[in-house]
Amino acid sequence: MKSLADLEAIRNKTVNKVGLRKENAEETRIVVGTATCGIAAGARPVMQAFVEEIQKRNLSNTFVTQTGCIGVCRLEPIVEVYAPGQEKVTYVKMTPEKAQKVVLDHVVNGKIVEEYTIGKAE
Amino acid sequence: MENVNIKIDGIEISVPKNYTVLQAARMANIHIPTLCYLEGINEIGACRICVVEIKGARSLQAACVYPVNEGMEVYTNSPAVRKARKANLELILSNHDRKCLTCVRNRNCELQKLAEEFGIKEIRYDGSSDPVFALDQSSPSLVRDNNKCVLCRRCVAACANQAVSVIGLKNRGFVTEVGCAFDAPIFETSCIYCGQCIVSCPVGALYEKDDIPKVQKAIDNTEKHVVVQTAPAVRAALGEEFGLPMGTPVTGKMVAALRRLGFDKVFDTDTSADLTIMEEGTEFIERFTKGENLPLITSCSPGWVKFCEHNYPEFINNLSSAKSPMEMFGAVIKSYYAEKQNIAKENIYSVAIMPCTSKKFEAQRPEHSSSGAQDIDASLTTRELARMIKEAGIQFNELPDEEFDSPFGEATGAGVIFGATGGVMEAAIRTVYELLEGKPLENLEIAPIRGMDGVKEAELTIAGKKVKVAVCHGTKNAKALLERVKAGEKYDFIEVMACPGGCVNGGGQPIVSSEDRVGKDIRVERAKALYAEDRSAALRKSHENPVIQTLYDTYFEKPCSHKAHELLHTTYTKRNKF
Amino acid sequence: MELVRSHVLVCGGTGCTSSGSKQIIEEFETQLKNFDIDKEVKVIQTGCFGFCAMGPIVIVYPEGSFYSMVQKEDVAEIVEQHLLKGKIVTRLLYKETVEEDNVKSLNEIDFYKKQHRVALRNCGVIDPENIDEYIACDGYKALGKALTEMTPQEVIQEVKDSGLRGRGGGGFPTGVKWDFASKSVNDQKYVLCNADEGDPGAFMDRSVLEGDPHSVIEAMAIAGYAIGANQGYIYVRAEYPIAVHRLQVAIDQAREYGILGKNIFETGFDFDLEIRLGAGAFVCGEETALMTSIEGRRGEPRPRPPFPAVKGLWDKPTILNNVETYANIPVILLNGAKEFAKLGTETSKGTKVFALGGKINNTGLVEVPMGTTLREVVYEIGGGIPNGKQFKAAQTGGPSGGCIPADLIDTPIDYDSLIKIGSMMGSGGLIVMDEDTCMVDIAKFFLEFTVDESCGKCVPCRIGTKRLLELLNKITDGTGTLEDIDEMETLCNTIKSSALCGLGQTAPNPVLSTLKYFRDEYVEHVVDKKCRAGVCKALLSYKIDADKCKGCTLCARQCPVGAISGKVKEAHIIDTTKCIKCGVCESTCKFGAISK
Repeated sequence: MKSLADLEAIRNKTVNKVGLRKENAEETRIVVGTATCGIAAGARPVMQAFVEEIQKRNLSNTFVTQTGCIGVCRLEPIVEVYAPGQEKVTYVKMTPEKAQKVVLDHVVNGKIVEEYTIGKAE
Repeated sequence: MENVNIKIDGIEISVPKNYTVLQAARMANIHIPTLCYLEGINEIGACRICVVEIKGARSLQAACVYPVNEGMEVYTNSPAVRKARKANLELILSNHDRKCLTCVRNRNCELQKLAEEFGIKEIRYDGSSDPVFALDQSSPSLVRDNNKCVLCRRCVAACANQAVSVIGLKNRGFVTEVGCAFDAPIFETSCIYCGQCIVSCPVGALYEKDDIPKVQKAIDNTEKHVVVQTAPAVRAALGEEFGLPMGTPVTGKMVAALRRLGFDKVFDTDTSADLTIMEEGTEFIERFTKGENLPLITSCSPGWVKFCEHNYPEFINNLSSAKSPMEMFGAVIKSYYAEKQNIAKENIYSVAIMPCTSKKFEAQRPEHSSSGAQDIDASLTTRELARMIKEAGIQFNELPDEEFDSPFGEATGAGVIFGATGGVMEAAIRTVYELLEGKPLENLEIAPIRGMDGVKEAELTIAGKKVKVAVCHGTKNAKALLERVKAGEKYDFIEVMACPGGCVNGGGQPIVSSEDRVGKDIRVERAKALYAEDRSAALRKSHENPVIQTLYDTYFEKPCSHKAHELLHTTYTKRNKF
Repeated sequence: MELVRSHVLVCGGTGCTSSGSKQIIEEFETQLKNFDIDKEVKVIQTGCFGFCAMGPIVIVYPEGSFYSMVQKEDVAEIVEQHLLKGKIVTRLLYKETVEEDNVKSLNEIDFYKKQHRVALRNCGVIDPENIDEYIACDGYKALGKALTEMTPQEVIQEVKDSGLRGRGGGGFPTGVKWDFASKSVNDQKYVLCNADEGDPGAFMDRSVLEGDPHSVIEAMAIAGYAIGANQGYIYVRAEYPIAVHRLQVAIDQAREYGILGKNIFETGFDFDLEIRLGAGAFVCGEETALMTSIEGRRGEPRPRPPFPAVKGLWDKPTILNNVETYANIPVILLNGAKEFAKLGTETSKGTKVFALGGKINNTGLVEVPMGTTLREVVYEIGGGIPNGKQFKAAQTGGPSGGCIPADLIDTPIDYDSLIKIGSMMGSGGLIVMDEDTCMVDIAKFFLEFTVDESCGKCVPCRIGTKRLLELLNKITDGTGTLEDIDEMETLCNTIKSSALCGLGQTAPNPVLSTLKYFRDEYVEHVVDKKCRAGVCKALLSYKIDADKCKGCTLCARQCPVGAISGKVKEAHIIDTTKCIKCGVCESTCKFGAISK
């Protein structure tokens, strides 16, 4: 990249994916908090479980990505699911087992696993 | 330099812009106590004894490092300042091994003096002072007692100033200590034993390995013939131990004292310095004529030799193979002198009084036993000699002046100036010039190589040839000079002295407190005594010394003869850095 | 292969083991055999869940039922009801997980409502290892703006106008610092980032580096442009491996995109960055020590002046800012100083990130506008004190800060208000204490830290803090005198006034502030030989109330030193000479017969 125009191009290309991820109603993004707090609480196996589960079920248009600390470290591992046409859903205190359930119920069947959400935990 | 106007304790004064508050206060004749400060070497503001109040500053500031600025107002004696200084001193004392009565620095201790000045009657903080440190007695030259250490870091700075840097700080906080990397004893490092750490130490945490008992034992043994030699720099500083002004030569009194201490013969190392000049001068002429192994580098300074062996082994062949004056003397005494006096060399105990701690190491080197025995049995520092004199109850200042014993009492001015930086080179030039030119040198005093510049150079024309010489003192300057040589700069002859200023400022010399160093250069003051003795000497060139002439005529035949090589020359060993 | 339908996870961490999880595992195994389901249910001992206070913890999967404070007697019920019949034993579930509620989004919960995320704007939003996502969130736009539309002086003016002050502790105005450095004339200048976060409990810098490393890189490039530097170093502690990794990834990506390197955005401006790892000395967070450390020497402060803006790294003009400070810079340039300055107070602009810790329900990272009161942070964001205990004090500023007592809980949190009450902002650690906290012990905790972390260069810090700690120890040991308290105060003032660096000068703050607000507790320790919080062991003695003791012998069996004796069904007694005051007896007694 050399110029500001290039920067703007990248911005436009990526902007729909981040922040307002739900607007781009094509794909489901599963964002795992992998700061030190998340990793210490077990985010790595959780992330792995999501990846495996998605591969196993051969889900298209579903991606797992990582992000930093969002502050409620005591509820880590935290996972946010941005499904097409939905508000993002924040799952807390995740485990690989819970991840399997989230993929099955939420990603595949579109049914939010309420008991794992932050609202429940609070 | 531009000046700024400041106010110290209400006194208005104009001082150079680059001054610290401490320097400015001294200009105003205001005394600010210091402890970790050692002018030009250690200016780090660590001990917080010199704190002052500066108007507008949030906390107290260390005067030794705080720069002056226009309109600044300083208070050096406010209640806050006095309180903080005293508390900090008490804190230091609370963690100090306060066995003053048995301390080598008793009555010559900067900490003790501060405690007296501050009127410390009790120490409020009486906490733990662990860990208790074991003494490092591993080297033949130095002893470190970290129980006395106040962590002023003057020794660390002095060591770094020598480009040696084998000591540094270990651990942190309350358990910080000064020591060598990997907890190695000093003997296993590339320490050159110059002793600059000792003369920088404000307290008794560093001192020379005490060799008095073994000398005393030899003296007390009637079977032993105990001879002593004294290096030129000793006479220039010994008087300081007895309250005489710096730079007072005390040659006669020193000789008298040595006799009263029971030495059988008192000889002058200056005589063998003349011998060194003959050997080294001849060696130079040989190398210079053949163009081999140039530059020739002097090897009188054992600290420098060890520095070279550790750090510049590629220059070992450049080192003069001539032994140092002390070692030449040692070899002559146990060969020529023993034969002449008909004394079995086993019965001779040869002592050297040196301004140097590294000489203790040199005396032990295995290379120095060409006479069939260790050439030198003990090497004492100027300070140890002073202690012996004091212990014997000798009223030094009342002593009459006495002469050295023959046959080695005769010396020239050339031998005397060995003690100051540039002296060996100057002495060598006086002889080399005349040997090559065959006519007397007119101006004996070679100004460009005198003085305290770190590296001094001169270009001379001898017998139609240009001779480029350089003189440096302090191994940091030696390092700089050798790097230049490595980069391709050509010299013919180089003098190196390990200690800044040469032997007059050796690590075995009387210790001058940080405060007493202010406003005067002890190296210059002491060197003055030597140059004065040279100027008033009847003979000022080594080759004119009748003792030397006799030695060659009757024993060595000529300089650098086979016999001379056996007894008066040595070899060097490559040593690792770690 | 056997089919396992359920997992029973029993915490085997130190905390749960000491509260009896071993016996619980054994009991599970026994009970599973009893019901003949030991083949299909597997018992697993796990590591610590970090929730030791509620231990022993048992989690049953796949349901994820979180049972807390499980007793041996409860096991049979869990096995029969839950594992055999599939009915969760609700009475044993941890309460937060059972309250009825709808699906709430993150931003709706109390924890986030009062927050205002500026420095943390991208943390938890973007993928830190993907520069495109940072760019999508307007990343590097501020750098582009600075380079193409603003002069260096305008950049500095903008930062000055924003009122941004250093977030690392001191609170020095960032723009002024940049201005000094820009005015120093030199062929080489440096931009440094202090990521040597060392305050116990503080981790906001780590979070920024892990969650939004590009914001720091962008800000440093802007700073380089402003002061005329083309080289920067980020000094990160090696104990932050993830932060270091992400930072390196980010730097590499920025280089690849040409955002670091030569001729950035075709403006002729060059800037590059390197990471330097700190070995973990607290003092290396002090600016001069940090620079000495980067230079490869023993990390120790040196006296100032000369200030780094004149003579810093390798004696060249240098600016050093903290991670969080940098994280604010792109926002200031993009949205303008005015917008930024809308948040905060008169003298403290913007937001501050705090690491909430201690006796508070919602531990974690929060970012609030400056001037938010301590009460709001503790109760509205932090969710108050657990177990219905009383708020006693909050500690800000780490080992350099002080304690804020309950009656000052309405103090707005900003630089000047905190200094005024004897604490300081510090890097943003906020530790909440309840009635079970002994203030003398807290002072001791922080002082122990400082004594351990003192570099040892200057006398007041090296020896003074050690002596201060010894005096504190006397007080908590019950051997102190009232004179010792006065002596401590004097010594504190000596250290404060004469130590070399900021760390030494502030080291006595935890002692001074607790002396100021909780002197009665000190006096109580000395005169009454009493520690009201029951923390100082030397001042405690455990007693058995003979009337309440049933002689069950449980305490005698649990006592690790055999200090309790007595016959079955008779009142027991504690031999105080043997007692090590571990408190095990008190917690095992089922009849409340043991007290201190």
